[in-house]
Amino acid sequence: MRYKSQKLAYWFFALSMLLLTLQIIYGFIMAFAHLGYDGLHAITPFNTARAVHTNLLVVWLLSGFMGAAYYIIPEEAEHEMVSVKLGFVQLISLAVVGVIAIIGYHFNYWEGRKFLEIPRPLDYLVVVNVLTFLGLILATLYKGKKRTTTSLVLTMGLVFAALLYLPGMIWFDNQTMDSFFRWWVVHLWVEGVWELIMGGILAFLLIKITGVDREVIEKWLYVIVGLTFISGVLGTGHHYYYIGTPKYWLIIGGIFSAMEPLAFLGMALFAIAMYRKGEKKHPNKIALSWTLGTAIVSFVGAGLLGLAHTLPQVNMYTHGTLVTAMHGHLAFWGAYGMIVLAIISYTLPNMTGRKLYDSNTGVLAFWLSNIGMLGMTVAFGVAGVAQVYLERKMGLDFGDVQKEIQVHFLILIICATMFTTGIGLFIYEFIRYGLPTDEALESSN
Amino acid sequence: MLSKSQARLFFFGGTIVTFVIFIGLSWHSLSVEVPKKTHEENLTEQVIRGKVIWEENNCMGCHSIMGEGAYYAPELTKVVERRGEGYMKAVLMSKTPWSPRGRKMVAYGFSEEKANDLVAFFTWIGNTDLNGFPPKPDYKSTINSK
Repeated sequence: MRYKSQKLAYWFFALSMLLLTLQIIYGFIMAFAHLGYDGLHAITPFNTARAVHTNLLVVWLLSGFMGAAYYIIPEEAEHEMVSVKLGFVQLISLAVVGVIAIIGYHFNYWEGRKFLEIPRPLDYLVVVNVLTFLGLILATLYKGKKRTTTSLVLTMGLVFAALLYLPGMIWFDNQTMDSFFRWWVVHLWVEGVWELIMGGILAFLLIKITGVDREVIEKWLYVIVGLTFISGVLGTGHHYYYIGTPKYWLIIGGIFSAMEPLAFLGMALFAIAMYRKGEKKHPNKIALSWTLGTAIVSFVGAGLLGLAHTLPQVNMYTHGTLVTAMHGHLAFWGAYGMIVLAIISYTLPNMTGRKLYDSNTGVLAFWLSNIGMLGMTVAFGVAGVAQVYLERKMGLDFGDVQKEIQVHFLILIICATMFTTGIGLFIYEFIRYGLPTDEALESSN
Repeated sequence: MLSKSQARLFFFGGTIVTFVIFIGLSWHSLSVEVPKKTHEENLTEQVIRGKVIWEENNCMGCHSIMGEGAYYAPELTKVVERRGEGYMKAVLMSKTPWSPRGRKMVAYGFSEEKANDLVAFFTWIGNTDLNGFPPKPDYKSTINSK
């Protein structure tokens, strides 16, 4: 750590870990409900659990991205954050908005639009919050000595993410139009600008961990984010197949979304190549595992499993089934969950001055969570494919099919327990590191 | 070998070109095609009230329409065709959780007026042209058939 203000990142990461824990709890509530145990129905019916689960995902990832930015931007710009105080105000307001939203979901206070359930009045608070965050980042960059490609790509990702939140706030009478613009937020975030954020963080980590020349890494960063946008922007079309939109989206969405794995393949090959090319052997092996892990698992989860049902002929049958949950889980975990855990693993020793990265606990956390999530993905996949054939091909009733595939949720819960154990160990390590301190300044790179 | 400035050009150029095409197609879809395919002329006050109820209660948190939503409860795009108005109203107005095969729905206990609004909304959804979604089951038995 080179700048005192980088410590701000720690608190965003801590919030991130707290929300991740809550997200997992609500995941279990849903998995048990699928298995037929819905004892909490009166307090937390499925739709509440579902809204909490997905919104917590978004907020813990955003909190992780913001933490990453507060760590990376001062170091890249070679300038302290312009105001740490405002950073804390932003952190607390983010937590407050999150808590109000989650409590609200238990009392029917929401918008009922998948992923964007936050009620309108709170949306405005989100906007103010994000503007504060962006103001701090941009002002620091402006005052800083350097403007590196890594920091620019990261910042561009954050600015576009904020802008793209806006179309989701417009009211439409027509469900199709509503959905059309909802995907501008959700798709263009996840398969667009978030990948910029991920690419920026990944480039920073690779520069630090492998010691490969910045120019080489940043050149490939441009190529990868270029591929992301070229495939991802028109790839939005894969959400416009069957929602009342014209047929040309079947062709455009099909072709461009089939190219989306290329960006992730590029990311995986790039990370591995840089690792092999690097001469510097950074001692933080855990951070290295998460860094290479995110590049590889995102290719499998977001790239390959996305490709598996992105063609219109396939998607006609899988659209709106558990196959989507299969892809969703490994994609979000690989691309965004793991990159946040990677930057946390890299920065914790630097912010706290404690070099605890040789522990077996950290290694165990990595493998248990990854194997657990892979197992969950397989369980969702088997349930989803069975659902597709029984319900969509054979025409069995929804409820009958759900009974048939119920057993897969038992496997899901077993794998989720393994995943949770891994995350539990990660958080145990997080706590063991202790609080960030100014004594850690300059002590590491 | 590719230089950094060429890579930058690839990123900005590619992004701008695809984005312009995307905006153009979106504009065409929304202004010309969507109103036709969704029969916008049938979007009555009642249908819109139904949409508001659909959103206020986060029905998408369990069900899906147009294939979008959650996977805990049935797809509802063609629910009017599949179940009929009477069945739907019984579910919507039920004061105890409707629980076919043990899986519970929240007991909303809607008034008849609100139930009618929702039925109107689903009727409108059911008549939109979704390019063939949801697919018709096409399995033909090959065993024991003569």
